[in-house]
Amino acid sequence: MHDTSAHAHAAQHSAPTSFIRKHVFSLDHKVIGKQYYGLALVAVFVGMVLSWLMRIHLGWTNFAIPGLHLLTKNGAPGDMMTPEFYLQLMTMHATIMVFFVLTTAPFAAFGNYFLPIQVGAEDMPFPHFNMMSFWVTFTAFLVLMASFFVGDGPTLGGWTQYAPLSAVGQVGGPGEGSGVVLWALAIAIFCVGQLLGSLNFITTTLDMRTRGMSLWRLPLSAWSWFITSCMGLTAFAVLMPACILLILDHVAGTSFFVPANTVINDQLQPHSGGSTLLWQHLFWFFGHPEVYIAIVPGMGIVSHVLITNMRKPMLSHRVLIYAMGALAVLSYMVYGHHMFVSGMNPISSLAFSFPTLIITIPATIVVLIWLGSLYGAKLRINSASLFALGFISMFISGGISGFFLAQPSTDIMLHATYFVVGHFHLVMGVAAMFGIFAGTYFWFPKMYGRMMDEKLGKIHFWFSFVGAYAIFMPFHYLGLAGNVRRYQAFAPEYMQHLIPLHKFITIAALVTGAAQLVFLYNLFISRFKGEPAPDNPWQATSLEWSTPTTPPPHNNFGDKLPVVYHDPYQYGVESSTGDYVMQTSPEKASADDEA
Amino acid sequence: MAKLFAITIFVIAIVSAIPILRHTWWMPEDISTHGAPIDEQMSETMAEAGISFLASQLILGFFIWKFSNPRPGDKIKSFPGGAKAMVWAAILLVGTEVLALGVFGVKAWANVYFTPPSPNSMPVQVQAGQFAFYFRYPGADGKFGPTHVDMISEANQNFYGIDIDHDSDSKDDIVTAEMAVPVNHQIHLLMHSKDVGHSFFVPELRIHQDFVPGMDLSVHFTATKVGRYEIVCTQLCGLGHYNMKAYLSVLSQEDFDAWLKKEAALQ
Repeated sequence: MHDTSAHAHAAQHSAPTSFIRKHVFSLDHKVIGKQYYGLALVAVFVGMVLSWLMRIHLGWTNFAIPGLHLLTKNGAPGDMMTPEFYLQLMTMHATIMVFFVLTTAPFAAFGNYFLPIQVGAEDMPFPHFNMMSFWVTFTAFLVLMASFFVGDGPTLGGWTQYAPLSAVGQVGGPGEGSGVVLWALAIAIFCVGQLLGSLNFITTTLDMRTRGMSLWRLPLSAWSWFITSCMGLTAFAVLMPACILLILDHVAGTSFFVPANTVINDQLQPHSGGSTLLWQHLFWFFGHPEVYIAIVPGMGIVSHVLITNMRKPMLSHRVLIYAMGALAVLSYMVYGHHMFVSGMNPISSLAFSFPTLIITIPATIVVLIWLGSLYGAKLRINSASLFALGFISMFISGGISGFFLAQPSTDIMLHATYFVVGHFHLVMGVAAMFGIFAGTYFWFPKMYGRMMDEKLGKIHFWFSFVGAYAIFMPFHYLGLAGNVRRYQAFAPEYMQHLIPLHKFITIAALVTGAAQLVFLYNLFISRFKGEPAPDNPWQATSLEWSTPTTPPPHNNFGDKLPVVYHDPYQYGVESSTGDYVMQTSPEKASADDEA
Repeated sequence: MAKLFAITIFVIAIVSAIPILRHTWWMPEDISTHGAPIDEQMSETMAEAGISFLASQLILGFFIWKFSNPRPGDKIKSFPGGAKAMVWAAILLVGTEVLALGVFGVKAWANVYFTPPSPNSMPVQVQAGQFAFYFRYPGADGKFGPTHVDMISEANQNFYGIDIDHDSDSKDDIVTAEMAVPVNHQIHLLMHSKDVGHSFFVPELRIHQDFVPGMDLSVHFTATKVGRYEIVCTQLCGLGHYNMKAYLSVLSQEDFDAWLKKEAALQ
């Protein structure tokens, strides 16, 4: 048993009274969690609209999108998208989605709100750092958005910002001057926010657990946030200096990423001694763990949601945790599979290929544990469980296409094609989004004290599930046929036979995107007019459902911190409450229960 | 609703697999001597991935169908083998199969990257720059002249920075905007970028290699079928990236000799 009372006091702060301290510069992890969620919500709709514009352009290249010129100074004369504006939209879409949605919502938003409650703490140990982490992240978002309005717009170099294009400055093309500097600045600032957040998450998990809450008694969601914060601490600590070096190449005359003898527009560039592959190594050392930073919280959330809706624990709590941990460790050893044809030594490609293939094993264990646990369940179908099951389907589909990209020989044909785009959208984008949706439908009642509309939730699910497959499965076919990504048009005759497939994808994207408005409507209508939620609407066991009020009070548990008696998922038992025993109940749950 | 969901998963899984099985959208025909093991590797990976995909989606759908909407009094059951069975299945079925694939795939990779170019191969330089490829043939002396970065000038059509007046090796060099190669003759492609990152991708040739500024890289290949193929850039290189391409003509030896002669006359 872990005595955390001394640490728990360190986090105490009295309930704020002013509007600013309550809702804006709040120290309360719950408010900060909701702020992160709000930021992710704004970001995801901005990112989605950008993707709509790109998709319309790819399907109907000569179509003038009404009002497009309002978004850009020079990028859309007569509302026709220029090649550079397409690339700028693409870069911003990816950057916004990867950083401000996929990292922010499942990890920072839900983790902030529920990690302290699930461990039985009053707050995080460093509330000021926590407040700062959100406001730093928010600032990063503003800096990134500012690039739309500064100079000749945002950078067009893609979210990977490969050097030397990203490092040579304005001469590289529109947005490659101030646009890149603002991008790198925004990401460096974002890293600071994530580092502060990760420190808080790790300390909360290790030092703030209440009496009886051993590490193994933590719910899988809490474990996933803990594992993710360990990854975040190391991955963002590499990306931040990489971004600083990139900024220095722009503003300080350094040449970290530009070699000698670079000639652009017939001008010999004033650089020497830099390495273009250095950027790729630094970026992907962050970039591949980032994939798992986006998806591991989803695994935890989906497991947590599914267990409650299956009314039985997973086949093995510990095996799932070990598998998620293995994914985290291996995620640092596989990053070079992004660089098989980069000019890196071909033996290095093989060295990165095998860990990439080995990472299939923990990922398969996770999937098989989910499938095996479904066997013999008493499965409830609701919006939360549908999205959780949808997550599994998407994770399988997106994960399996990784078989091809893990091997250098098959990657020769698929590298930089739509196959890669389909792969990462399914496994990292859609699956992670489904994790966010599952978490939202599941936890909304606790966060806002009202139930979400189930009918709207199911409509949202059906369009999202079928729509996501309709969009992203054909991406794989495009890639197999050799369709290269990051092309704004197929000129003059390149890939013309694939245009009908592109049109189909565009229509699917517009319909699926429109269905997300149903979710937005549901969020707002339920927030104000939803059915009042009971304290434990899903008959769940973990500590967030034991708070004295819903939403929880300022210090989460009132006057007294909870005491934990059980492993987190005592379902399928006979007890005085029904088929479950809460972690805080001293009632013995089963013969092998340690209570 | 659970049954509808299960059926939806079945339908999506099967419909997704049909274009793959029918090769509706598939890799273009291979025209290289080294491509067969790559294609074989792709097919084997597709078979394994396809089986894993269909099996896992169908099991997911089946379990959703079977174990939802429980009746009152239904008891939960545990999977007979428990977690241990799952771990072993993951290691033995998926892990070893995927690793075996990886081991076999090494051969296909080695075929491209671990074999030295033949002494009889024909050297051709390719220089990538925003947003065009230029090719250089060494001419009758078999030697490429030195390049001078300060002399590179698009305006003067001196794409390589060659000094014909002072470098004797450069005098007969032939610079072209289109690439032509003789069929069934190994080409040693010497790659260089003058500005940012680019890539050289010819799907039919099963060749895909980035240009790395500051590094001179090379690949070698033998084209086996006469025809005209697109060379596309796959590394985002700026606003004209989508339009950065060149054509590769694979010609009979006689046609190639004639083409080279014609190009030499244009220098």
